[in-house]
Amino acid sequence: MALIDYLVQGGQMLLVLMLAPLLTGWVRWVKARLLRRRGPSPLQPYRDLVKLSRKEVVLADSASWLFRVAPYLIFAALWVAASLVPTFAGGLPFSWTADLIAIVALLGTARFFLALAGLDVGTSFGGIGSSREMMIASLAEPAMLMMVFTLSLLAGTTELSAVARFMLTADVGLRVSLALALLALVIVAIAENARIPVDNPATHLELTMVHEAMVLEYSGRHLALIELSSSLKLVLYLSLVACIFAPWGMASAGAGSAAYGYAAVIYVAKLALGGVLLALFESSIAKMRVFRVDQFLGAALMLGLLGALLLFVSRSL
Amino acid sequence: MLLTLLLVLLLVLLAAGGYGTVAPARPQGSRYLYSVSLAVCTVLLLLALAHLLSGREPLHLSLPLGLPWLGLHLRLDALSAFFLVVVNLGGAVASLFGLGYGAHEREPERVLPFYPAFLAGMNLVLLADDAFAFLFAWEFMSISSWALVMAHHREPANLRAGYLYLVMACFGTLALLLAFGLLAGVDGGYGFAAMRASQTPPALAALVLVLALLGAGSKAGLVPLHVWLPLAHPAAPSHVSALMSGVMTKVAVYGFIRIVFDLLGGESAVWWWGGLVLAAGGVTAVLGVLYALMQHDLKRLLAYHTVENIGIIFIGLGLALAFQANLMYFNAALALTAALFHVLNHSLFKSLLFLGAGAVLTATGERDMERLGGLIHRMPHTALAFLIGSAAISALPPLNGFVSEWMTFQAILNSPELPQWLLKFLVPAVGALLALSAALAAACFVKAFGITFLGRPRSPAAADAGETDRFSLSAMFVLAGLCLLAGVLPGLVVDGLGPVVGLLNGGARLTDQYHQPWLTLVPVGPLKSSYNGLLVMLFMAVSGVAAALLIHRFASSAVRRGPAWDCGFPDASPATQYTAGSFAQPIRRVFGSLVFQARERVTMPPPGDLRPARLEVELHDPVWERAYAPIAAAVIAVSTRANVLQYLTIRRYLSLVFGALVVLLLGMALWR
Repeated sequence: MALIDYLVQGGQMLLVLMLAPLLTGWVRWVKARLLRRRGPSPLQPYRDLVKLSRKEVVLADSASWLFRVAPYLIFAALWVAASLVPTFAGGLPFSWTADLIAIVALLGTARFFLALAGLDVGTSFGGIGSSREMMIASLAEPAMLMMVFTLSLLAGTTELSAVARFMLTADVGLRVSLALALLALVIVAIAENARIPVDNPATHLELTMVHEAMVLEYSGRHLALIELSSSLKLVLYLSLVACIFAPWGMASAGAGSAAYGYAAVIYVAKLALGGVLLALFESSIAKMRVFRVDQFLGAALMLGLLGALLLFVSRSL
Repeated sequence: MLLTLLLVLLLVLLAAGGYGTVAPARPQGSRYLYSVSLAVCTVLLLLALAHLLSGREPLHLSLPLGLPWLGLHLRLDALSAFFLVVVNLGGAVASLFGLGYGAHEREPERVLPFYPAFLAGMNLVLLADDAFAFLFAWEFMSISSWALVMAHHREPANLRAGYLYLVMACFGTLALLLAFGLLAGVDGGYGFAAMRASQTPPALAALVLVLALLGAGSKAGLVPLHVWLPLAHPAAPSHVSALMSGVMTKVAVYGFIRIVFDLLGGESAVWWWGGLVLAAGGVTAVLGVLYALMQHDLKRLLAYHTVENIGIIFIGLGLALAFQANLMYFNAALALTAALFHVLNHSLFKSLLFLGAGAVLTATGERDMERLGGLIHRMPHTALAFLIGSAAISALPPLNGFVSEWMTFQAILNSPELPQWLLKFLVPAVGALLALSAALAAACFVKAFGITFLGRPRSPAAADAGETDRFSLSAMFVLAGLCLLAGVLPGLVVDGLGPVVGLLNGGARLTDQYHQPWLTLVPVGPLKSSYNGLLVMLFMAVSGVAAALLIHRFASSAVRRGPAWDCGFPDASPATQYTAGSFAQPIRRVFGSLVFQARERVTMPPPGDLRPARLEVELHDPVWERAYAPIAAAVIAVSTRANVLQYLTIRRYLSLVFGALVVLLLGMALWR
């Protein structure tokens, strides 16, 4: 492995971290424009993060050590997961560390500790958030895994770099299973990122919130880390969609610095486009009741299962 | 030689059981007994591990005991060595826990004699090499564990649990007895060697598979044979619960593997065998975790969750059977390795969690989660160990539970090549069930840990709890350390399982993993899939610590304590927190209305009325109401009818005997 590959790997890790607040700000800005508001600058999340991290932490009396450790754990799990998704370059030195199933499970690790943190202080809002988050996850995670099944049955691998390479080859063709998988992934991404119609990232109306209820007791640097982690998760899901379903323009290992730079620009453009689509979708739909969410996600699970079943059955045809 | 030594050690355990009858009267008696169990289990563990890793040929030993024409046959091969490791690891840790826990036992004379006997019984099952020795040891294990379940026999719930356990154990042994009878054939070759050598006709072999699934499955807790398990496991003292749930269910899995993969032989497998086991495993996994989510009793939740994990193990075994039936031995090796890895993992984290529940029980006297809470402040070490166990069982990387589930998923992904149509539909469906159960398990353990250890105390007992003793803590941390170790170095475990898989799979096993760069786990091939728990843990540790250091150095490290924010309305009463019931409510509404016919009824009194508002939840146990209740009703109906036969005069009895004799003789005459 050349030194440049390791540098690119490190650069990719830093890039997702640096881009994460910008993407969140970008989605907010586009949404504000769609609502004919001016909206804060896309750079606002950076300012928020800096401001939050400088403030002191106000810790509830009943909070335990878990509450203080959880933000770092969540951040670590999400950052590792996000940097294992190929963004602008595939086949990097550490791409074999974890495959797609492991990335899904790392997201599970982050969710597990976030839900525990919601229960830690012992307030009813924390509990409502944790319990609903786990209900959503209990359908979203299997749907995601069925999407992984579909992909890996097609590509013959669960390594993301290899999946991306496979999707660029000609023998993919147009497949029903892939369309179903894309739909399932998009639904899961919306649910997991606490977006409308499942949850509203901007709400502080008590009974409708899920993610915001869990993190209600966080303040200062802890809140900054939680916010950064949520942004990282959004980047992760958009990168995942881009890497699997639109891998065009991705550089492969040892491509040279010019190719890497070019690929990075394309990647940023993909993220921007994804952000616009997300904002459009969010502005054009109403939030649904919590107990309608299971039908929404159940549809994703069934779509994923259908996609996998089609492939299992069509193998022998 | 080695086998003789193992046998002597088992005799030491039995002798310790004898000492257990007098130990409660002596000062330190229970200490001595648990120390002896700890020492014997540790030696057994090391010997079995050495035998497994050395990869030596199976050892045999025959003794003139047992049935006079058969004798007692013992055998130590890779399969028994692996399960000996699992059993004695659990046994050693439970004994270490017992050293501290024993002081809290109210009626030690009901625990001490049976505890070492239970350990000896489980070990003997693994060593048995003929049907008589196997069934004898199996029953010995069942009865000694039944005695332990009945240790606190004054509680009426325990009496019911013990009775149900006894009935189900008898049923299971009956099924196994019939299975061995079919395997032995008309010549009565009850030695395992003879069974291995003989070829069972296909129809009978299928019957043996079904009987083994019933017999071993009833002990392991396969749905619908699981009903006794969540009652009996929590009734025993906690370290025994750990043994029953973490270890004895594995002995049952051993029984299934021994009969189906070894005695019947994978060569005689037919594809639908795999389908049957797969379907049983998938249904068991999802139903087990759904039941667990509905429980508020910590130990019963853990016991129901054992049912889920048994399902995952049987999914792996079913896949292996399906692959073997289609002569795809490499994939079968992957599925078998995944199943055996999960056997080890589950014994680690389930023992850990039961020990943690035991520590909570001794500290607070409570098993009901609705009366616990906030224990992380008063039992910080127990909480940490329980947290590691919860994360491991929820299949979170970088801990061990994830690795075995990951390997099971990889085995599922390799199965589109299976030619049978039914399997083509079944395998992805089982994959979805597995994914669903993994996600629900995480919810279940957020509930178990979050309600028990986090939040604010819900009862005075929880508020005044104290940290448990050092022996119990060290037992829990040994297991927690092993969970982490098996998670970050999975390649070594897979290599250790190699000889076992080779034995069961006609020599085919996974390639050696230890020479992979960075100790990566690459079960199939580098282009297919790989996972490196060590690097994942390192990356997470480095990024988490770096973030903490950077923020504390350059931003702020100030902390101020204050009342909770709670959207501006903090309520001082701990009753306003989320409870176990309210945590499970969304999942109950999504899944429970289908599976448990869950109904919620809200009674809201009119304004001015002083009665409290009530929310009543009604749950139905589908298995109990559909399967067991009708059987029990039928048994009672028949016995009530037959009851008149007990009160006849001697004249009528004699005429009954005469009538029976006439019918028999007529039958004989006609048949001739």
